[in-house]
Amino acid sequence: MKEKRSPGNVSYSSISGRGNNKAIIEVVMNIIFFICGILAVVSVAVISLYMIFSGGPAIFKIGITDFLFGSVWNPDDSQFGILPMILASIIATVIAVLIALPIGVLVAVFLSHIAPKKLASIVRPMVDLLAGIPSVVYGLLGAILIVPMIFKIQEALSMPTSGCLLSAIIVLVIMILPTIINVSETALRAVPKSYYEASTGLGGSQIQGIFKVVVPAAKSGIVAGMVLGTGRAIGETMAVMMVAGNAVIFPELLKPVRLLTVSIPFEWAYSSGLHREALFGIGLVLFVFIMIINFAINRILKGGKEKS
Amino acid sequence: MKPVTSIQVKRRRPLEKLMYALIYFFSIAILAMVVYFIVYILWNGLPMLTWSFLSTAPNPLEDTIGILPAIINTLYIIALSILISVPLGVGGAIYLNEYAKNKRVIRVIEYTTETLAGIPSIIFGVFGYIFFCTFLNLKVSLLSGALTLTLMVLPTIIRTMQEALKSVPKSYREGAAGLGTTKWHTIRTILLPSAMPGLITSIILAVGRIVGESAALILVSGGSAIYMPRGNLGQQLMGSGATLSVELYRYAYSRGLNDVGFGIAAVLLIIVLILNMITRFISYRLAKKNER
Repeated sequence: MKEKRSPGNVSYSSISGRGNNKAIIEVVMNIIFFICGILAVVSVAVISLYMIFSGGPAIFKIGITDFLFGSVWNPDDSQFGILPMILASIIATVIAVLIALPIGVLVAVFLSHIAPKKLASIVRPMVDLLAGIPSVVYGLLGAILIVPMIFKIQEALSMPTSGCLLSAIIVLVIMILPTIINVSETALRAVPKSYYEASTGLGGSQIQGIFKVVVPAAKSGIVAGMVLGTGRAIGETMAVMMVAGNAVIFPELLKPVRLLTVSIPFEWAYSSGLHREALFGIGLVLFVFIMIINFAINRILKGGKEKS
Repeated sequence: MKPVTSIQVKRRRPLEKLMYALIYFFSIAILAMVVYFIVYILWNGLPMLTWSFLSTAPNPLEDTIGILPAIINTLYIIALSILISVPLGVGGAIYLNEYAKNKRVIRVIEYTTETLAGIPSIIFGVFGYIFFCTFLNLKVSLLSGALTLTLMVLPTIIRTMQEALKSVPKSYREGAAGLGTTKWHTIRTILLPSAMPGLITSIILAVGRIVGESAALILVSGGSAIYMPRGNLGQQLMGSGATLSVELYRYAYSRGLNDVGFGIAAVLLIIVLILNMITRFISYRLAKKNER
């Protein structure tokens, strides 16, 4: 109320000194907001430091090459080689992204250019919903719907039945689709309408206009979506754990695999000493992967902005 | 003699037909898949949702299963994380939008916010365990879980609030400044009320993320909800416990009780559906308001 009565009182250094209180509040709020603002920076810095200092020692104790390129993971025997898991994570992620990317772009094209408004307004919430379903629910669905189907294939090939790389890939494809669709759709919508109109004006068909003009123009956004999907896939834990079988062997499509992320919650409860530290080490490796991916996204988006 | 291709004769393009077919196929397939998932979960899960399932703790002696402790743990973690993360996130967004002038600083903050958003939950789990549980000695507890989740949802809140603040017309700020109000007064009385829908949306998005989180919470909050939280509020928050998502994992994966898993999945799905509908409603209202 007091402030309303004296609206002219903005100059803090007023001779009457009435503005002092307000000036102090102003400075305090400025500091509070600044602290909130740099909280993200501080968090990332602290997380980076803690990941390095907790994961680093184990990696050096085990030996960098033995850790990264060792092929046997046997904590009871103090063997901590994570190469099979690294390969499993990379292969699962790459294949999942390669499958999800074309599907995602086609659906994004559908939503941005082809679908009638009504149909788009049904499909889009469904895609959002797909993004909102918790990963444990995907794990459950995968274990009930996908894994039994793969058991049949494994039986037909007279292999032992178990969760495997293929089921992990299928679950990952479904989980990263919403990311790729949403980012691609935004990128496609950001392309100026005149591009598409110029193409059709020259006699190009709708498909030509979209795939020869609009999609190439939206390339950097689509690539960013792809990289974002890669980050999600490589970091996914629970859903994959529930369908992949989790044996640490070199990845094969129909054999059980253990992804990098999965080892951490999988062995957490009964790990101690060097074993626990090795799990921190896995966390660090994963963290490095993610930082590289983040850096890539940043570069791609920046490059896209500079061009336009 | 056949006429030369004229503009009046449509050229046949079989490849284009194929493209249309693929586009429609995948779009309809995704639609069908989501509908199938929803129906499948509700079909298998809803019959599990009896009153005793929702309102009791598991009782090994009588061999009954209940998820009340998990529901309470989930509510505690949601309330605590939101209470901590919303003021911090809103403050961060206000700083970025209203205070920060140095372009460099803004870029660095935005970049690290993106980075924070890209870090997978399992890494937050490892970090949370080392930092909150061990270093700050908060033990494996609901409080550690809430603090870890605070970091995870912070980018979502900052980004959503930033969008909301950006959409407040510049004339509002200029009008306020013209009347001689201070910056904080403008923020408190004009910007925040105008950005209210954004604030609500950011809270809902954060709640959605918290409800679905499991990997991090297994490490920092513990993996069981067999007992009701005990003691006074402080003791309850300092105790360990599983949320609904973690319980789903424990029943379905560790114990192989898929029907219980589907019961919890149905609860989670209903929560997600409700949250989705609220955000849809808010953005619909906003779009309508902007039309006018």
